Amino acid sequence: MNYEVVIGLEVHVQLKTKTKSFCGCSTEFGSEPNSQVCPVCLGFPGSLPVLNRSFLDYAVKVALALNCKVQEYTKFDRKNYFYPDLPKDYQISQYDLPLSREGFLDIEIDGRHKRIGITRVHMEEDAGKLIHQQGVSLVDYNRTGMPLLEIVSEPEISSPLEAYEYLNNLKSIIKYLDVSDCDMEKGSLRCDANVSIRKIGEKALGTKAELKNMNSFKAVKDALSYEIERQAQVLDSGGKVVQETLLWDEKQMKTFSMRSKEGAKDYRYFPEPDLPPFIISADRIGEIKKNIPELPQEKKMRFMKEYGLSEVYAQILTCDKEDAGYAEECFKAFADKDKKPVANWLIGALSAIASSHNRGISEEKLSPENLIDLIVLVEKKQIISNLVGKSVLEEMVNTGKSAEAIIGEKNLAQISDSSFLENLADEVIKENARSVQDYKSGKANAIMFLVGQLMKKSKGKANPKLAQEILKRRLENV
Amino acid sequence: MSISKETVDYVANLARIQLNEQELERLSRQLQGILDFIDKLREIDISDIAPTSHILEIKNILRDDTPGESLPAEKALANAPSKNGRFFTVPKVIE
Repeated sequence: MNYEVVIGLEVHVQLKTKTKSFCGCSTEFGSEPNSQVCPVCLGFPGSLPVLNRSFLDYAVKVALALNCKVQEYTKFDRKNYFYPDLPKDYQISQYDLPLSREGFLDIEIDGRHKRIGITRVHMEEDAGKLIHQQGVSLVDYNRTGMPLLEIVSEPEISSPLEAYEYLNNLKSIIKYLDVSDCDMEKGSLRCDANVSIRKIGEKALGTKAELKNMNSFKAVKDALSYEIERQAQVLDSGGKVVQETLLWDEKQMKTFSMRSKEGAKDYRYFPEPDLPPFIISADRIGEIKKNIPELPQEKKMRFMKEYGLSEVYAQILTCDKEDAGYAEECFKAFADKDKKPVANWLIGALSAIASSHNRGISEEKLSPENLIDLIVLVEKKQIISNLVGKSVLEEMVNTGKSAEAIIGEKNLAQISDSSFLENLADEVIKENARSVQDYKSGKANAIMFLVGQLMKKSKGKANPKLAQEILKRRLENV
Repeated sequence: MSISKETVDYVANLARIQLNEQELERLSRQLQGILDFIDKLREIDISDIAPTSHILEIKNILRDDTPGESLPAEKALANAPSKNGRFFTVPKVIE
């Protein structure tokens, strides 16, 4: 049977403030266990939380970038539950008056555009880290009280691929704002997914499952695909989907029901009496808005318009802010109006080299001017072939030398000297009588073999286009 | 508002408290008394009053994002009922 898929994502993003949400403890990653803790984040009696100004500012920035309405009046609430990673036995979070609501994020799949609603973006504090060992759990409270944003989407995502794109775009936007690393491996971005299916045309939502423990965007996609298939099989066989929390097992590529000692969820939210309310003025919102840079979506549109790029190319080049900045410098340094050759080199050869180094293109030590010099030598002056160009590029990246220097040192310049090439062509024609005959009898492909032979004789340095022209001309006289 | 023994049992469970039959009985009665007293507040007309989450007229109390001192581990862990090196330890919470 065919089903319609309904997915909602709940993303937690850790903000890179210098200090925690409500105390002055450092937020640095990877420190000794329990070295960044104090009476406030350990929940010692008598300690009082005070909100970090940067936390609020970063949160407003993200909310605005996600097109949310920032609420004028916002407050914190206590979410009560017992777990060893939560020393106060409550998490400071936001309940009925969150920082912001009603935003959206646009995604694009195969040229099809879709707008996904964002229910709310609110502030809360992170919990500690548990390390489970034989018979005992170790607790590290360094992460306790770190500033988190919870970003909740509307259940408007209709496929695992849409979920994947939503996450990619969300990460891209937040990284542009420079307020989080959004690194899933380090845990600075975490994602839970709610997924249910229903018969096409049905109005009521199906019973949902909550998926947890996905450690990459790909894992989110895989877990959703698996879970949708599982639910479809349950329904097809006349069964009922049970509402439960499932953990994704990356190795086995399966979801498992979470065995937990927690009872039913009843968080008994109430207003946090230790923190006063916060009034965010229109002026303050205006100031923060002014500091929001051009975001990926706008930059993509502008790249398409100003540099004549296709949407796919513009999307790839604007995904990362630094890479986009690098690409733009390259476009500006290239005199022609048509920037396609530059985009091809950036997305093709340079991206391949950079990703083999696990870096972005902007992180390679290659100035935009040097790259453009190389592109001009290959594409316009045809001093070297595309293939030789790629190896020159690799050497440029490794040594920081200019293209011309490398071509000079290694004597790589293409031979475009007609009389020299004519001599080579005559030799090739003499030595390959059979192919010459093939060509003469109408096998057009035979010319490529002959060009290949000529290239070999020139040690790869003959200008291939010219070589072919000369060969054709000489063959007419045979 | 009336409070049943089941409700008291449920709340006790949320608070990780175990109550025997007599305690349940006694606490249900006592809680009922407290709630009856609070019910008196319902007699006041509050239709013109906005909900209050904070009683003080203060707002926007913020601090700068400047790191301060944290506790040394031995101090942070000083009162821990059980520890292992720099970690607090608890009975294993997942299977």
